[in-house]
Amino acid sequence: MSTPSTVTPTTTGAEPAGSTAVTHYVESTEKRRQRLSTGVLVAVVGLLLLILLASTSGVARFALSDAFDAVQLPTVDVPGAPTVLVCGVLCLVAGAGFISGRLRGRLPALAGTVAGVAFLLGFLTWAAAGRDLPFPVSNQFAGTLTLATPLVFGALCGVLCERAGVVNVSIEGQFLSAAFAAAVVGSLTKSVPAALFAAVLAGVAMAALLALFSIKYLVNQVVLGVVLNLLAVGVTGFLFDQLVQPNSAKYNSAPVLEPVPIPGLSSIPFFGRVLFEQSVLAYLAALSVVVVWLLLFKTSWGLRVRAVGEHPHAADTVGISVTRVRWSAVLAGGIFAGLGGAFFTLAATGSFSKEFTVGNGFIALAALIMGRWHPVLATVMALFFGFVTQMASQLQTLSTPMPSQFLLILPYVATIIAVAGLVGRVRAPAADGIPYEKS
Amino acid sequence: MTTPEAMDAARVDGRSPEPARRPLIRQPRRGISWEEVLTTIGAFVLAFFVGAVLMIVSDTEVRSKYSYFFSRPSDALIASWEKVSSAYGALIKGALGGYEAITETTAQAAPLICAGLGVGLAFRAGLFNIGAQGQAIMGAMLAAWVGFGLHLPPGIHLLVAILAGIVGGGIWGGIVGWLKAKTGAHEVIVTIMMNYIAAGLLAFVLTTTAFQRPGRTDPISPVVDWNATMPRLEGGRLHLGFILALAAAVAVWWLLDRSTTGFAIRAVGASPHAAATAGMSVARTTMITMVLAGALAGLAGVQAALAPSVSGTPVPLSAGLVGSIGFDAITVALLGRSKPFGIVLAGLLFGGLHAGGLAMQSVAQTPLTLTTVLQALIVLFVAAPALVTTVIPFVKARKVRPVGPAAGGALT
Repeated sequence: MSTPSTVTPTTTGAEPAGSTAVTHYVESTEKRRQRLSTGVLVAVVGLLLLILLASTSGVARFALSDAFDAVQLPTVDVPGAPTVLVCGVLCLVAGAGFISGRLRGRLPALAGTVAGVAFLLGFLTWAAAGRDLPFPVSNQFAGTLTLATPLVFGALCGVLCERAGVVNVSIEGQFLSAAFAAAVVGSLTKSVPAALFAAVLAGVAMAALLALFSIKYLVNQVVLGVVLNLLAVGVTGFLFDQLVQPNSAKYNSAPVLEPVPIPGLSSIPFFGRVLFEQSVLAYLAALSVVVVWLLLFKTSWGLRVRAVGEHPHAADTVGISVTRVRWSAVLAGGIFAGLGGAFFTLAATGSFSKEFTVGNGFIALAALIMGRWHPVLATVMALFFGFVTQMASQLQTLSTPMPSQFLLILPYVATIIAVAGLVGRVRAPAADGIPYEKS
Repeated sequence: MTTPEAMDAARVDGRSPEPARRPLIRQPRRGISWEEVLTTIGAFVLAFFVGAVLMIVSDTEVRSKYSYFFSRPSDALIASWEKVSSAYGALIKGALGGYEAITETTAQAAPLICAGLGVGLAFRAGLFNIGAQGQAIMGAMLAAWVGFGLHLPPGIHLLVAILAGIVGGGIWGGIVGWLKAKTGAHEVIVTIMMNYIAAGLLAFVLTTTAFQRPGRTDPISPVVDWNATMPRLEGGRLHLGFILALAAAVAVWWLLDRSTTGFAIRAVGASPHAAATAGMSVARTTMITMVLAGALAGLAGVQAALAPSVSGTPVPLSAGLVGSIGFDAITVALLGRSKPFGIVLAGLLFGGLHAGGLAMQSVAQTPLTLTTVLQALIVLFVAAPALVTTVIPFVKARKVRPVGPAAGGALT
């Protein structure tokens, strides 16, 4: 469903269909606007780097491994000012390339990638230059995966719901109730599988509420999502105050998921620590991406889900039960939201506290939109948001001049830029959010 | 529900929309129907019933009595009744019992009414303003800054602080309206993201020298000047903010029902295509609506920043000052059916729930969070009248009127 942001050979709507054989490049107004705004954005970023150049001094050091690693990798020294200069110029060149409109074929994608990498490298160099401590690269990547795990689960939940035409603004609420269930059941049974099961159950229960009110009672789905979030905050908060808080030894001390190193693979220098020393949930998240992709694009159920989300009327006409397919998709989404919620409790301290998912459900929603309602792209976006969040905390410990709050709001700003169509238009499934009434 | 957009889409597909099964623009209905009142009351009864069940289940002492329910049911029932009646009794007493309680209700209701008006006004234009939270945060931030950062003469100081907050909220809402009008970015996503951006911005400014209280390391601002504090009546918490909220409700009523702009807002809300055909500028109306909605939510933030607390001085600005006003406002607007008078009533009701919740917490040791549960359940049941009529048999609703804006639905 993704519409590529690159300039592709197009024919304007006014031309007859037969003239497509002529390969001249005609750009629609929207494509042109997108190309120009992308170019300006990239160029502005380049300029920003050049401005930052003024405050760059000394050498930026990047540590590839931390003190606990078995194989010690060297710390890479990068000269600060020259690197920032080169990165800024690269961004400017890429931006100019977009604006000139001379990039064809694969070139726009390449220019975009170059600009992205250059910006990231330039920014990190600026932040780390002249600091006492080196920037811990392996920590950065390992932390990215950890932070992205619940986001991936949440985004997958959203993909399933919204591909079926049910807007899910209540991922946050599903996370919260699942995290609560995991904490209480985990504490009572002292068993991780039981806690995971309870979390999934709670996620599915919230999903069932979403399905009941949106599919059966046709309540507006955005309104419903907001109210369900409130309900989750209320119920978990009330039970926490009334039951869990006075008795936290009994109800709020769930077992913690230890990182599971995969034998062999985890001893690979650098990558081993980043990729193969994660908690079970992280591996499960990676597996879930594949599963959801297979479900959506390789099974007949997935075809039905997509049909119901794009054109329920047509799906109904060929004999697909819109109601049943939507119910199944929303409930299946609940499983993943439940796993994501369990992460907050089980992969951290093993305890629940009020509203401690702090907007992660909404970042998952943002990842889903930025990922254009596609499981794999949404995962990439979840990883990107995890990367940014982890970078914010890393830079805080380096005491850089950049306030970490600005990095933390980056996912939200990026999402606004994406939905405003500044960098490639995102398009939701056609029937997303529209209740279906059989006539 | 067949939205105008869906019908339009059907037309593009070459299929004619179903013949006038449901008129595109609903007949304006004056007054409230009897069925609606009954289903609303039914929703309340259901919500309080579920709340009671939650209370009993979560109370270990009461629950232990249920273990021998079949040998002596009276124990369990009496304990449950005592638990529930003491909690709800304290709730009602805290909301309505005496002058102090009633003024606490008005103080809690005032920001809810303002932000609710902001959400409701946007609903009338077919816009989902989920961003009242962010708009209120910006309002509170600017009003508080004027309150403690500037030192102006009495009267003028308060006026400037209130205006600053309204402008702050208006700008925050206006950005959304502008993006929606110029690029078509869906306001639900943009407002959700703007909420978090506002929260991040507040967290940042509270670490700067302009906002942080001298000598403190935690993110908290100085106390607002006395000149910028809203005046209140002695002995209670009835303050200027409540009067402002009522005035805002009257202004919104006048705007919607008596002005040309209001007519355009309602027309765009009922059917953007029809409004455009009739020569109204949908883009302009969208922008105006979002600026006004943001300004109203900003006024709610102003109240959080400048209204006197029980101690007499306003609570200083901190990350949590606005609380969840913006999200509560959505429930207020829904319960009030997006009408100014309804929103005032709904705001008073949820304000009373909050005020009573505070009393319930201190008197009956029942956590305040129960009011959040009640609030969510009430709106959930009000939004699904069909459910209420199924569960409570003698309540019959002939017409199911969905709450929320008529147009819109799809995310982008």
